[in-house]
Amino acid sequence: MKKNLNLYIGGGLILIQLLAMLVSFVYTPFDPNEMNIQERFSPPSWNHWLGTDNFGRDILSRIMKGSQTAFLVGTIAVSIGLTIGTFIGAFAGYLGGWIDEIIMRLTDTLQAFPGILLALMFITVFGPSTVNTMLALSLVSIPVFSRISRSGFIQYKQFEFVEAARAMGLSTIRIMFLHILPNVMSPLIVAASMGFASAVLAEAGLSYLGLGVQPPDPSWGRMLNEAQNYIFKAPWYTLSPGIMITISVLGFNLLGDGIRDLRDPRIT
Amino acid sequence: MYFVLRRGLTLGVTLILISFLTFLVFQIIPGDPVLTILGMDAEKGQILALQEKLGLDKPLFQRFISWMGGVFSGNLGESLRFSRPVLDLMMSRLPVTISLALISLGVTIIIAIPLGILAAKVRGQWLDYLISLLTQLGMAIPSFWLGIILMFIFGVIFRWFTPGSYVPWSEDFWGAFKGLFLPALAMAIPKIAVLVRYLRAAVLEQLKLEYVRTAYGKGLGQNVVVNKHVLKNALIPVVTVLGMIVADVLGGSLIIEQVFALPGMGRLLVSSISYRDFPLVQGMILYIAIIVTCINFIVDIMYGLLDPRIRLE
Amino acid sequence: MLKSSKGVMLILILVLSLTVFVGCGQRSDKQVVSEDSTSQIKSGGNVVVVVPQDPDYLDPHLAAAAGTQEMMFNVFEGLVKPDNQGHIHPAVASDYTVSEDGLVYTFTLRKGIKFHNGNLVTVDDVKYSLERLMGVETGEPLAASFTVIDNIETPDQQTVVITLKEFDASFLANLTVAILPEDNADHNLNPIGTGPFKFIEYVPEQRVVIEKFADYWKEGVPYVDKVEFRIIPDNEAALLSFKSGAIDIYPRIANERLEELGSEFHYVQGMQNMVQLMTMNIAHKPFDDIRVRRAINYAIDVDEIIEAVAFGLGTKLGSNMSPVMPQYYQEGLESTYNLNIERAKELLTEAGYEDGFKTVISVPANYQFHVDTAQVIASQLQKVGIDVDIELVEWGVWLDRIYRGRDYEMTIIGFTGKLDPHKILGRFTSDYDANFLNYNNSEYDELIKQATKTVDLEQRAELYRRAQQILTEDAAAVYIMDPNFAVAMKQNIQGYIIYPLDVLDMSTIYFTE
Repeated sequence: MKKNLNLYIGGGLILIQLLAMLVSFVYTPFDPNEMNIQERFSPPSWNHWLGTDNFGRDILSRIMKGSQTAFLVGTIAVSIGLTIGTFIGAFAGYLGGWIDEIIMRLTDTLQAFPGILLALMFITVFGPSTVNTMLALSLVSIPVFSRISRSGFIQYKQFEFVEAARAMGLSTIRIMFLHILPNVMSPLIVAASMGFASAVLAEAGLSYLGLGVQPPDPSWGRMLNEAQNYIFKAPWYTLSPGIMITISVLGFNLLGDGIRDLRDPRIT
Repeated sequence: MYFVLRRGLTLGVTLILISFLTFLVFQIIPGDPVLTILGMDAEKGQILALQEKLGLDKPLFQRFISWMGGVFSGNLGESLRFSRPVLDLMMSRLPVTISLALISLGVTIIIAIPLGILAAKVRGQWLDYLISLLTQLGMAIPSFWLGIILMFIFGVIFRWFTPGSYVPWSEDFWGAFKGLFLPALAMAIPKIAVLVRYLRAAVLEQLKLEYVRTAYGKGLGQNVVVNKHVLKNALIPVVTVLGMIVADVLGGSLIIEQVFALPGMGRLLVSSISYRDFPLVQGMILYIAIIVTCINFIVDIMYGLLDPRIRLE
Repeated sequence: MLKSSKGVMLILILVLSLTVFVGCGQRSDKQVVSEDSTSQIKSGGNVVVVVPQDPDYLDPHLAAAAGTQEMMFNVFEGLVKPDNQGHIHPAVASDYTVSEDGLVYTFTLRKGIKFHNGNLVTVDDVKYSLERLMGVETGEPLAASFTVIDNIETPDQQTVVITLKEFDASFLANLTVAILPEDNADHNLNPIGTGPFKFIEYVPEQRVVIEKFADYWKEGVPYVDKVEFRIIPDNEAALLSFKSGAIDIYPRIANERLEELGSEFHYVQGMQNMVQLMTMNIAHKPFDDIRVRRAINYAIDVDEIIEAVAFGLGTKLGSNMSPVMPQYYQEGLESTYNLNIERAKELLTEAGYEDGFKTVISVPANYQFHVDTAQVIASQLQKVGIDVDIELVEWGVWLDRIYRGRDYEMTIIGFTGKLDPHKILGRFTSDYDANFLNYNNSEYDELIKQATKTVDLEQRAELYRRAQQILTEDAAAVYIMDPNFAVAMKQNIQGYIIYPLDVLDMSTIYFTE
């Protein structure tokens, strides 16, 4: 019996980050926004484990605080995307016909663009802010979830238990969300985990373009954006947020794989 | 045939929808192209002169209709910021983006296909885990960050490549390659990772099938079986992924072009948005939508060619 | 021994020849050509200069962006031209006189001066250019400052007489605007001027190329054959390009980057006549209360900002004028509001904000310098209980909503250098159309108006100095600094001269052996 390595490693990585985030609510080594010009660009040391940035702020504290932003952006973006996407996909898949046609054409239209472009346009319209970043990223993820949900509903609506439920005269809504949805959940959860990973990546990309999360709130993407101005002077500054993003994306991707393996051990 | 027709019709409707939406969006977003072009020190006379020249004093609907009319006769209008035809500007950027796409596609294929097959062959062994770890990492690293680091290492420390100095192929072949290789590599790495994983899964899937067992039964070795029989079938998912990659890159790698200061479509698009140069944005969005849809279409057709069982609906 | 004396001779000859053509140029050019006197001037060579943005317009009368001017300064010239001290010298004109009452300007055209297309500059070209700015044909002036012209006469082929409706102290400075050939069909597609370089091509988002103009009226300059302005908006990419050797000159290099430069590079730096300031929307509560504005001034530690954001390479300001303009600069204002947290809190309490308040500072996202400044200010104001949110806005939105629309609470911006004090201080008059501070002080308006009508130079300067004092007393804004302008270049390039203007003068640079 092979162990589900993906699940353990991915889960482990996420767990560590979750812990760091929880700790950051009550304790960070320094105030993450406290400036100390005299101590700027200190390399990693006992006092500042990851060094300090261009304002002398403690990078470790900012990384910890930044994990709050990352989880917040990821959670909200994925929850909204997942909820709306699942609903849309459910109606399209279960009802079929012209509703399906319209919904799928709209999704196609959305998907005809690179996600980052959509997010960029969204933020141009509504202005850069943390909230708009989350909304933009959820907009981008809607088509992904709606496709998965649609194909699940198409598959299950022909199953006997659904026909039986229909024969009993249960309402369509009830059949859809009480009977079919639980069966469709598992691929959606896998997609959600991966969606979390892409939200973290996309936030970093937007912040690189100067949009995304606003200073002085620490966000990993924003830190990366600021750090690259000092790549010669303080190379450690660009490394820590970059590595954090990588670890967190890695964690969620592995977790997604792990969950899929759990449900469907056939492919590995 | 019906399929092609339907696809074409959908594309048309989608494009008109997209154009109108973009047009609307540019009416409601804050920021004025004339002010942005002229900056802080613009005088009233200069602002008025420019507004009149750009035709921005005309009502919105009239402008949309005349723009739409232009599109059907192959005229995408003139850029507000550069006072040049949108089509010319786009054509001047296309070589960069296409070169970038081709190089990164080439790198992806050359590295990913052997690696994916290898991973499948050595499944369960330490090499498989190593490859799996690398691909996971490759997918997780933000590509622009990777770009910055590559540029730092190979451009500044070793000086093998010169970042930020694009030269056209016609001027200096080797120079052009040197300018494009790093960004192409930075873009290729996450794609390589995705492709390796798809290919490995697809090969393994095939290996479980009946015909493979038959082939083994005939006494053929693993190499022959994989290379001769499995690969062709395993390529089907690969085509999908490649399609995604091409669409992604041709749509303009918004961020990588920014990092490497390459004058490609992506950079033009980002700067046009911030300058509110909507004829140019319109043109490029149209382009991206067409490219992506066409590539999806080609992928569907290739599906049919590779696997006659899949019939186009 | 012999070799070195030969070298000395060569340098002597060079220095002599330099002084000769500087001498026949004008009165008081104090040209600091190079700090490295042992280098030898080598004529020729191509230079690549990195610039952050595209030109807005190649037609100099339509162009308004500072980023355009800094390149096209090399292509176009006016009747007069500024030097690096801010003094004005004849250019297209070889000489001029001003009547006693300051109303009549008589210019003598420089003999044999040619446009880049080879044609001689005529008095008709001058008249055409000025009338184009006045909007004689269109009815809408391209530059409001030219409406002061009553008429332009050309009594003979060498003379242009300009008569003004009323005295205008800034008029001469305005005549630095380009003289264009009347027969050019499109000044934007094919810009033609009289400057030391002629325009070759502009490839959007890639480059602007200019080439040495062999018939330039000033003998000996320029030295280099060709200049390519390469457009790279991303600082990081620009710096890496520079370090990898693909770029020769990197103007406006960030101060923190200077020490990273290796031995193959050197740099020059100086004040750039910019005023970086944080403005508060005076029409907006609580900034309508002078006590609040003063409290904010007391709470902000400008020295710390200069250290944190400009790495100490900036000049502290106390009003809306940089000391690089010595004839107008009012000394001593920069210490009016030295850091004083106690005083700030007192003033806030007096104004009824003993618990502080919440506000938003909106900064243009494309200027990392201002974004960084905002972060420091936010953390400083925190200490007196003012809770500042930072809002990044796109440049286009900043111009539209904040600069023209005046819809904001606080913002940070840099006013770029102008030679004319009226253009610098006139921004604060209540009738100025982009007075986005909503500053309104009738005494101030009166002073500025009076200054434009004052013929006596010293008297006029005195009025401008008084105006600066008022701006400080009223705490119309938080004046921060004139950040140093640093230009880095390869070791074998010398002769770069810094201007108190947005100008990249390529005519004085040269390669050394």
